[in-house]
Amino acid sequence: MSVLIYAENANGKFKKSTFEAVSYAKAIAQQNNTTLTAISIGNVAEDQLAVLGNYGAEKVLNVSSGKLTNFVNQAYAAVIAEAAKAEGADIVVLSNSFSGRGLAPRIGIKLQAAVADGATALPEQADGKFTVKKTAFSGKAFAVVELTSANKVISLTPNAYKLVETGGTAQIENFEPEVKSTDFKAIIKDIVRSTDKVSLPDAEIVVSGGRGMKGPENWALIEELADVLGAATACSKPVSDAGWRPHSEHVGQTGIAVSPNLYIAVGISGAIQHLAGISSSKVIVVINKDAEAPFFKVADYGIVGDVFEVLPQLIAAVKELKASA
Amino acid sequence: MKILVCISNVPDTTTKITFTDNNTQFNTNGVQFILNPYDEIALARAIELTDGGKGTVTVTNVGDASTEATIRKALAIGATDAIRINAKPHDAWFVAYQIAEYVKANPYDLILTGRESIDYNGSKVAGMLGELLDLPSVSIIKKLDISDAEGTVEREIEGGKEVLTIPFPFVAGCAEGVAEPKIPNMRGIMGARTKPLAVVEAVGVQTSSNVISYETPAPRGQVTLVTDADKLVELLHTEAKVI
Ligand SMILES: Cc1cc2nc3c(=O)[nH]c(=O)nc-3n(C[C@H](O)[C@H](O)[C@H](O)COP(=O)(O)OP(=O)(O)OC[C@H]3O[C@@H](n4cnc5c(N)ncnc54)[C@H](O)[C@@H]3O)c2cc1C
Ligand SMILES: Nc1ncnc2c1ncn2[C@@H]1O[C@H](COP(=O)(O)O)[C@@H](O)[C@H]1O
Repeated sequence: MSVLIYAENANGKFKKSTFEAVSYAKAIAQQNNTTLTAISIGNVAEDQLAVLGNYGAEKVLNVSSGKLTNFVNQAYAAVIAEAAKAEGADIVVLSNSFSGRGLAPRIGIKLQAAVADGATALPEQADGKFTVKKTAFSGKAFAVVELTSANKVISLTPNAYKLVETGGTAQIENFEPEVKSTDFKAIIKDIVRSTDKVSLPDAEIVVSGGRGMKGPENWALIEELADVLGAATACSKPVSDAGWRPHSEHVGQTGIAVSPNLYIAVGISGAIQHLAGISSSKVIVVINKDAEAPFFKVADYGIVGDVFEVLPQLIAAVKELKASA
Repeated sequence: MKILVCISNVPDTTTKITFTDNNTQFNTNGVQFILNPYDEIALARAIELTDGGKGTVTVTNVGDASTEATIRKALAIGATDAIRINAKPHDAWFVAYQIAEYVKANPYDLILTGRESIDYNGSKVAGMLGELLDLPSVSIIKKLDISDAEGTVEREIEGGKEVLTIPFPFVAGCAEGVAEPKIPNMRGIMGARTKPLAVVEAVGVQTSSNVISYETPAPRGQVTLVTDADKLVELLHTEAKVI
C-alpha cells in the first residue's frame, strides 16, 4: 500500500496545481502511514524533478521516452496505471486539470478504482469508510462521496489545498513501461500555447468582465488590471457568446469553475449560472453601477460605480501598491 | 456514419440547489429537469455532421421513465432514434458501464458526450467509455470536424490549445465551440412523438462510490462597500491579504 501522484508538467515545468496535488497526496500518505511516489511523464529536467521532493515525494519515477513527450491520455493512463501496480499504490492522486480529466476516468477503469473528481479537502477515513468531499452542481454545492473500492483515484481541484514544503529530497528513477502502439491512435497535429498568459483554472487572481464592459474594444482595461495583478482574465457567458472573448474564458455553470483567492467581477450582474462557477472564490470584489445588482449579495467588497471611471483608478492604485512594495 | 450521443437529464440551470433528509437527498421538489447543456452541443454537432442523409444520430440515456421528456426533446431537436437504458444513474462508472455494454453489441463510428453533466460534473463518462471500449477518448473538445476515416478535434490545454486527429471510432466530450445548440421547431416536436424510443434493461454491476451527504457553500458575510479604488486596494492588501 502506498500513494502515487501524477506530477503534470506544462512544457517541462511543474505548475503550482501540481505541487498542490503533491502536498495533498503527501498528507494522504501520512494519514495512512505510507510512502509517496511521484510519476512524471515527458521532458522534465532533473532539477525540476527534484523539486517534487520538497513537497513530500520520496521517490520520483521519470518517464522520458520520446514517444511519450506529448500528452495522449490513453497512453499516459496506461503508464500511470502500470506505475501504480509496480509501486503497489492503492491511491492515485492527480490534479483536476484539463489533462487530469482525461486521465482520471481511464486510470480508474484500469485499476478498478472508484474516481473522486474535483476533491476539495483531504479524505476522511473512519470506521472503515473512505470519504472525499468534491464539488457538485457546478459549484452550487459539495457532495461527500464514499469510495468503496480497494483502489482509489482522486483528482484535486486547483487552489483547494495549500502548498506544504517538507524540505525533503526525492530519489529519482527512470521508469520505462511497455506501451501498446494502439494507445497512440490520437495524433497531435498542432499545439498552440499563449505562454505569456496566466492560465485561468490555476489562477490565484481572476479579473472577469461582463456585458457592462460594453464591447471588446474596452477589454484593454480588464487586461491591464489583470496584468498589474498577475491575474488571469475571464468573462461572463454572453460576452463569449457575442465573440468579444474566447469561449475558454467563460466562467460559470456552463463554463469553467474557478476557485481563486480573489475574483474581481467587473460589469457582471451576478446571475445564478455565473455565481455557480465562482462561488468557491475566497474573496469576491464586485464593481457595478447598479447597487441592486445581485452580485453584491455574495461579494466581500464592492464599489458601486461606472467601470470606465473605476477601472483606471483601480489600475493606478494597484500600480502604486506594487511600486511601494 | 453512425453517431451515438449520450444525454443526461439535469436540473435546470436556474435551480436553487437544496437538500432534504438531513442533507442526504437532492430536493427535486419544484425542480425542472432539462437536457444537459453540453449534451445539447454534442447533439447539435452530431445532427450537423449527418445532415442530408450522411448518417444517423442515436441518443442514449441511462435513466428511469422520468427522463423520457428530455429524450423526446432530443428527438425533437433532430436525433433519429433513442435508447433508454432503464436504471437510475448511480454514478459515472455505472452509466459508462451500461452504455459500454450496449455499444459492444451495437457499434457506432463516433460516440459523443457532453464535457460534464452540470449536476455531477464529473467529466468522467467519456474517458470511462473510452477505456471500457478500448477506444481513444478526448474529454473536453472545442471543435470537431470529420473526414471519411477520422475526426479532427481541438482540445483546450492550460494556456493554449491542441489539435488532434483520431481514427474512428472514438469518444469525445463536447464543450462550447463545437456547435450552437439547436432549438426544436414545430415539425421536430410533432415528429418526435413517433420516432423510435427503445427501452433496454440495465445490466447488473457492482458500484464503487456512494454519495453520503451534500453541503452547500458557507454563506458570505455582508459586503463592504467602498467609494474609491485606493480604499479597495488598501483593504485587499491589509485586511483580505489577497494582493
Ligand atoms: C442554460 C444557461 C446557462 C448559463 N450559463 C452561464 C454561465 O456559465 N456563465 C455566465 O456568466 N452566464 C451563464 N448564463 C447566462 C446568465 O443567466 C446571465 O445572462 C449572464 O451571466 C449575464 O451576463 P452579464 O452579467 O455579463 O450581463 P448582464 O446581466 O447584462 O449584466 C451586465 C451588468 O453590468 C452592469 N453595468 C452596465 N454598464 C456598466 C457600467 N458602465 N459600469 C458598471 N457596471 C455596468 C449592469 O448593471 C449589469 O449588472 C447561462 C444562462 C442559461 C440559460
Ligand atoms: N445518465 C446518463 N445517461 C447517458 N449519458 C450520461 C448520463 N450521465 C452522464 N452522461 C454523459 O456523460 C457526460 C459527462 O457526464 P459526467 O461524467 O457525469 O460529468 C454527460 O455530458 C453526458 O453526455
